[in-house]
Amino acid sequence: MVMHRFANPARFLRFAAVALPWFSAAAVLCMAAGLAFGLFVSPADYQQGETVRIMYVHVPSAWMAMFAYTVVAGGSISALVWKHPLGEIVARAAAPIGTGFTLVCLVTGALWGKPMWGAWWVWDARLTSVLVLFFLYLGYMALLGAFDDPVRGGRAASILAIVGLVNVPIIKWSVDWWNTLHQPASVARMDGPAIHSSMLVPLLLMAAGFACYFAAVLLLRVRAEVAARRIRTLRLAAMEAES
Amino acid sequence: MSAFAASRFTGAGLGCVRGERIVFQGLSFEVAGGTALTLIGPNGAGKSSLLRLMAGLLAPAAGKLLWNGAPVADDPDAHRARLRWLGHGDGIKPGLSALENAAFWAALAGAPGEAALGALQRMGLGPLAETPARFLSQGQRRRLALTRLLLGGAALWLLDEPTVGLDAGSVAVVEALLADHCRAGGMVVLATHVPIAVPAGQVLELTPAAVPPPSHSPSPSP
Amino acid sequence: MNAFRAILVRDLRLALRQGGDAAAVVLFFVLAASLFPFGVGPEPNLLARVAAGVIWVTALLAVMLGLDRLFLADHEDGSLEGMVASPAPMLVIVLAKCLAQWLLSGLPLVLATPILAIFLQLPAEGLPALLGALLLGTPTLVLVGAIGAALVLGARRGGVLLALLVLPLTVPVLIFGVAAADAAIAGLPARPHLLVLGAMLLAALAAAPFAAAAALRQAVE
Repeated sequence: MVMHRFANPARFLRFAAVALPWFSAAAVLCMAAGLAFGLFVSPADYQQGETVRIMYVHVPSAWMAMFAYTVVAGGSISALVWKHPLGEIVARAAAPIGTGFTLVCLVTGALWGKPMWGAWWVWDARLTSVLVLFFLYLGYMALLGAFDDPVRGGRAASILAIVGLVNVPIIKWSVDWWNTLHQPASVARMDGPAIHSSMLVPLLLMAAGFACYFAAVLLLRVRAEVAARRIRTLRLAAMEAES
Repeated sequence: MSAFAASRFTGAGLGCVRGERIVFQGLSFEVAGGTALTLIGPNGAGKSSLLRLMAGLLAPAAGKLLWNGAPVADDPDAHRARLRWLGHGDGIKPGLSALENAAFWAALAGAPGEAALGALQRMGLGPLAETPARFLSQGQRRRLALTRLLLGGAALWLLDEPTVGLDAGSVAVVEALLADHCRAGGMVVLATHVPIAVPAGQVLELTPAAVPPPSHSPSPSP
Repeated sequence: MNAFRAILVRDLRLALRQGGDAAAVVLFFVLAASLFPFGVGPEPNLLARVAAGVIWVTALLAVMLGLDRLFLADHEDGSLEGMVASPAPMLVIVLAKCLAQWLLSGLPLVLATPILAIFLQLPAEGLPALLGALLLGTPTLVLVGAIGAALVLGARRGGVLLALLVLPLTVPVLIFGVAAADAAIAGLPARPHLLVLGAMLLAALAAAPFAAAAALRQAVE
C-alpha cells in the first residue's frame, strides 16, 4: 500500500520507450525543414529585412515557454489534487525546459529589438510578460531546490506553480494595459497583423519541431527522475536489509 | 462520574512516509476512554510521526484513523476540537506574560479567558501569572505549555515527550495531571524516552523499521 | 471569532512590546525612497515625474522586508503546529496573521507616504489617489506575500527566496497603484484604477488564504 508512491510507473515507461524515438526524429526533421524554409526559401520582410527570420525561433519559443508553464502547473495540480505520483515528476522535469525556451525567447527578442527599435531591450508588452514568466520559472525552481527534503520542496513548488498559473493572466492583462498607456501605439508588433503563407509554413514547422523537442526532452527527464527515485528506494531497502 | 462520553480512538493499518522513507507500515492501535497509550522505541522509529498522524498534522500514507468507528478524515474539524496537541516546541512567546500565553491558547481552543488563570493555578504557576515568560525557568515554561491541555476540555491528549526538561517534582505534577484526565474518562497518547507513570496504560513499542545503520545514515530522525 | 481576535491581539501586542519591527519597516521605506534623489538628481520636475513610482516600488520592498517573519517565529517555537492542530480554522489563522501584519507593516507605510510625497515633489493632486491606492494595494501585497512566507518555511535562504517568489506576482498591483496616482496628476479620474485595485484585493482575500493554508499545512507536517 505504502509502496505505491515508489511504484515503478511501468505503463509510462513503456509509453516513453515507444514515443521517444518518434518525437526525437520528428523534432530533428521539423526543425531542419523549418530552418531550411525559413532561412533560404521564405522572403525577407519588406520592412524588417533579413532580421524577420529571427521570428522563426523567437515566436515558437514564446509559445513553448507558455505551454511548458501550463505543463508545470498541470502536473502540479494533478500531484496536489489527485496525488498522482507522476504529476510532480512531470512538473519538475518540464520547468528547466520551459526556462530554456523563455530565455531563448528573451535573447532572440533582444537581438531582434536592436535593428528594429535601436535598443537591445524595449518594454514591449509581450517581452515584458515573458520576462515576468521567466522570473516565475526561476522562483519555481529555486523553491524546488531550497529544502533538504525533496518531497517537501516538490509540494511547496507545486503550490507556487498553481498560484502562478492563476496570476499569469492577471499579469499579462496588466502588462498589456500598462504598455498601451506608456508606449505609442505605432511601435511595430513583432508579428505583423497578417502573415504571408511563405512565412507561416516555416513558422509552423519550427513550432512543431520545438513541441516535439519539448516532448522528447520531457520524456527523457521524467525517465531519468523515475530511475533516480528507484535507485534511492533500492538503496534504502538495501540499508534496511543490512541493519 | 466521567466528564467525557465513552469513546474509542483506533488506527488501522497505518503507514507513514517521511521524505522518501517508510517510517512504519501496517500499524494499528486502540485507545479507549480512561486509558493511556505510551509509545516507546528508539529515535526514528516513528513515535513523533504517529502522534502527528493522530493530531491530523500529517496525512497517513495508508490506513485509517477512526473515532468511535467513524473515519477521522471525514470530519477533521470535529477531530481537532477533541484533541490537544503538545509537540517539542513550547509555543510560548517570551514577550507575553504567562497568563497572556495561556489565554491565547484558551481562545484558540474556544475556552473562556477565565479558564486560563485556573489552569495556571493547577499547574502551580498562579503566582507567576503576570510574569513575562522570558523570566520563566525551563521547567516553568514546560509547565506553562502543559496548561494548554487543561483548556477547553479536550478528550484526547497527544503529547510528544511531555516531561523533557522537567525535574522530579514537575514530573509528578504531570503524572497527576494525566491520572486525573484518565479518571475523568479522557484518553492520553504520549511518546516518551523516560518512564512516566500512567494509569491504565498500555504500551506500544515501535520498532525502527527503516532506520539505516548510523555509519551512513543520511536521513534525519523526524 | 474568538481565535481571530486572539491571534490578532497577540501579534500586535508582541510587535508593540518588542517594538522596532514596524518602525524599522517605515524607516527603511523613508530611507530607501530618499536615496532616489541622490541617484537621479534633485531636479524637481524629474522627481515629480517618478515620485509615485518610487514610492510604490519602495513600499513594495518594505512590505517584503517584514514578510519573512510572518510565520517564521511561530514555526520555530512550535506555536504554528499548535495552531494548526487547534480547532481554529486555518483560514481564520491566516487572515488574522495577515491583518496583524498589514497593521504593522502596511498601514504605517501609508501614513509615512505624505512625508515622502513632500521629499519627492509629488504634485499635490496625486497624493489622495496615491494614498487610496496604497490603502487598497498593500493588503493585497501582504496576502500574496503570505503565500510566499508560508511556502519558504524551513527553506534555506528563506528571505531572498521569498522576494524571488512574490515580487513577480505583485506586478499588477504596482502597475495599477502607480497608474492611479499618475491619472490624478494628469487630471484624469483615478477611480477606475482604484476599483481595479479593490477588485484585486477582493480576489486576494478570497483566494490567497487557501493557498497560504495549504502551504502552512505542508510546512508543519
